[in-house]
Amino acid sequence: MSAWRNLTLAAGAAVLVLSSAVQAPAGERLFPELGAAATPEQIKAWDIDVRPDGFGAPSGSGTAVKGEKVYIERCAACHGDFGEARGRYPVLVGGHGSLKEQRPEKTVGSYWPYASTVFDYIKRAMPFGEAQTLTDDEVYAVTAYLLYMNDVIDNDFVLDDTTIGKVEMPNAAQFFEDPRPDGQTVKAADLCMKNCKAEIKVLGRAKAIDVTPEKGGASAQKQSAEPASPTQTAAADAAPQGDVQAGKKVFRKCQSCHVIDSDKNKLGPSLKGILGRTAGSVDGFRYSKVFKAAAGQGLKWTDDALMAFVADPKSFVKEKIGADKGRTRMAFPGLRKEQDVADLMAYIKKAAQE
Amino acid sequence: MKKTRPPVTPGNTHSKQPVASGTGIDASRRKALLAGLGAAGGVAAAGLITPARALADPANLPPNVADWSRVLGPGVDAFPYGVPSKFEKSVVRRHVDWLTATPESSVNFTPLYALDGIVTPNGLCFERHHGGAAEVIPEDYRLMIHGMVERPLVFTYQDLKRFPPESRFYFLECAANGGMEWRGAQLNGVQFTHGMVHCVQYTGVPLRRLLEEAGVKPKAKWLLVEGGDSAGMNRSLPLEKALDDCMVVYSMNGERLRTEQGYPIRLVVPGFEGNMWVKWLRRIEVGDGAWQAREETSKYTDLMPDGRARRFTWEMDCKSVITSPCPEVPCRDKGPQVIKGLAWSGRGKIKRVDVTVDGGRNWHQARLEDPIMSKCLTRFYLDGWEWNGDTAYLQSRAIDETGYVQPEMAALQAVRGVNSIYHNNAIQTWRINPTGEVENVRLA
Repeated sequence: MSAWRNLTLAAGAAVLVLSSAVQAPAGERLFPELGAAATPEQIKAWDIDVRPDGFGAPSGSGTAVKGEKVYIERCAACHGDFGEARGRYPVLVGGHGSLKEQRPEKTVGSYWPYASTVFDYIKRAMPFGEAQTLTDDEVYAVTAYLLYMNDVIDNDFVLDDTTIGKVEMPNAAQFFEDPRPDGQTVKAADLCMKNCKAEIKVLGRAKAIDVTPEKGGASAQKQSAEPASPTQTAAADAAPQGDVQAGKKVFRKCQSCHVIDSDKNKLGPSLKGILGRTAGSVDGFRYSKVFKAAAGQGLKWTDDALMAFVADPKSFVKEKIGADKGRTRMAFPGLRKEQDVADLMAYIKKAAQE
Repeated sequence: MKKTRPPVTPGNTHSKQPVASGTGIDASRRKALLAGLGAAGGVAAAGLITPARALADPANLPPNVADWSRVLGPGVDAFPYGVPSKFEKSVVRRHVDWLTATPESSVNFTPLYALDGIVTPNGLCFERHHGGAAEVIPEDYRLMIHGMVERPLVFTYQDLKRFPPESRFYFLECAANGGMEWRGAQLNGVQFTHGMVHCVQYTGVPLRRLLEEAGVKPKAKWLLVEGGDSAGMNRSLPLEKALDDCMVVYSMNGERLRTEQGYPIRLVVPGFEGNMWVKWLRRIEVGDGAWQAREETSKYTDLMPDGRARRFTWEMDCKSVITSPCPEVPCRDKGPQVIKGLAWSGRGKIKRVDVTVDGGRNWHQARLEDPIMSKCLTRFYLDGWEWNGDTAYLQSRAIDETGYVQPEMAALQAVRGVNSIYHNNAIQTWRINPTGEVENVRLA
């Protein structure tokens, strides 16, 4: 025999909740079979957020002095040695007093209202494409370094779970609650419908600025007039090898800085045709001293060399190129698993055939 | 209504004689295409855009019989998951290369000019990622609810699908939609000026239901909602909104969510800025204060001319745009034109839309098409306009059920300046040139 659950109870409770706004629901579960209890261990592992008052901050500590080292290794490739940023990556330092200017520079120091946000964001999302690989001590240290670079704290200030909620950010008082709706100059009932203005004056034209992507906008109609490609293939071609597919996934760690299917240089040089190529030889790419030296030595990216490099870039640079500090601009610690290295190589080889 | 034959321009004087079929693209077709490709914006040498009729291949027109009427087409299962006609291949999401540092933290745009009705096809819904689109294995998916609750819970994907479902239509708009247009007309296409919006029928569980299961404690005021992507996207959501109309969804337009839209589970926050609609939803923490996450302090706050900044600017103001004609859809023929557009408001239903063809001298009330739903795209039309070939300035202005009137850019700039990036809902102007070409211009 089947039974019927009374849903009207919940519906009634919902109405009650809506009418009394923030009055939260409490009481019996309607579907106790759905979902399981979250254990303290599970919650502790996933609960990574930190609030402005320091609520949620983990144990651990760091200073700007320690943070500089971490920053240079893990952050500077995108954000620049001094937080000035490369390309269109976010500027982290400076911009003080610029918020009223034509081109405001919104940095950690000039704009961010809470120090906790810096920790929270770095811990959950940075380094870009290598999220949650920093220890809590390293996150405290990098946060302290960025606060120090922005003249918020001194370089010996110990940032930890007891101090992070007490750091005062220079721009904190400049935020206010949403006052919209705004920009209303006339009520709907009073809107003019006939003979509302005398002349039309054009202030500017998008076409004159000419920054619309070539394949979109007004030129989209050109393409619709082009003959379509003759055949449409229903499915992907030949069955891919498993390791190539796995390697493609591993390559995600690389793709924020490198492409492999074109000659375009991003933050890192294009990897198109890398196998057999001389290190440091991609046209138009600004290499570090280390790779300029490697090019001078005629170092070739053989399979073995490339595998050794991606497995442990720092050691490779020290041992094979002889750079004492082992520093290139690449903020990548290396692939820890041998299988990942093998898969990545399979993918790079497959990409070379395409 | 009287129909007039489109003018024949020197660029497309192809023979009107029947041509044998089966010869591929014939000379006359090629000539017509070249005419269409002649100059910037598809304007032929003579100045006029190729009329629609002149693009046709006479070999496929009566009295001839086209190939597709003679031979067998593909059988069933040729496309196990259907794809658009190959003749629509240019209708795709597109991005603006110079906007962002890397495609994994970037945005692309919905091709509004090519869409009808109010529903956006799943494959054309714009994408905004902060750490790429996470590929979550559905069996390994978990949603944790904890914090100020009686019973911290973990739900599986299957658990969520077993709750009594609801299906609702809502628009989703990025707060930065139109963000590149604050200082002036910049991008020449409705896809780029307004394409960070889509409208989908979602199916899932009311968030209220899940919070009831966990039992929210009386002092709770806020939720932290967090994604499982590599950016761990997190936003603070007021409990009041969570208990009102938010949904935890697994389907869009009848099928499971697309990977890039948060598969297997995303949050729906009707009327609020898209950034809060967390994809790959992993965790909800209930608390008594806002978290002040990066995406609600450093980003998605609106900088005013005095250097101060608005925060928690959640609601999307009432807005509208003409989607045809527009830079992507020029006027190929004089005579009757239907002006088509979309209107929406984060505060409720669209009440009225006015359209002008003379830059705001005179306005005409547009026809709104049912269904008109709250916090959803509404389709409007202005029928019966005859374009005589003169320069025309097209605009639309929407009014929502709260009485709010979509403002001119000058009115917004007077309050907000030009550096607030987000929440640009100003009236858009398209200029139709005598050639039929349409361009994005800013009027005084």
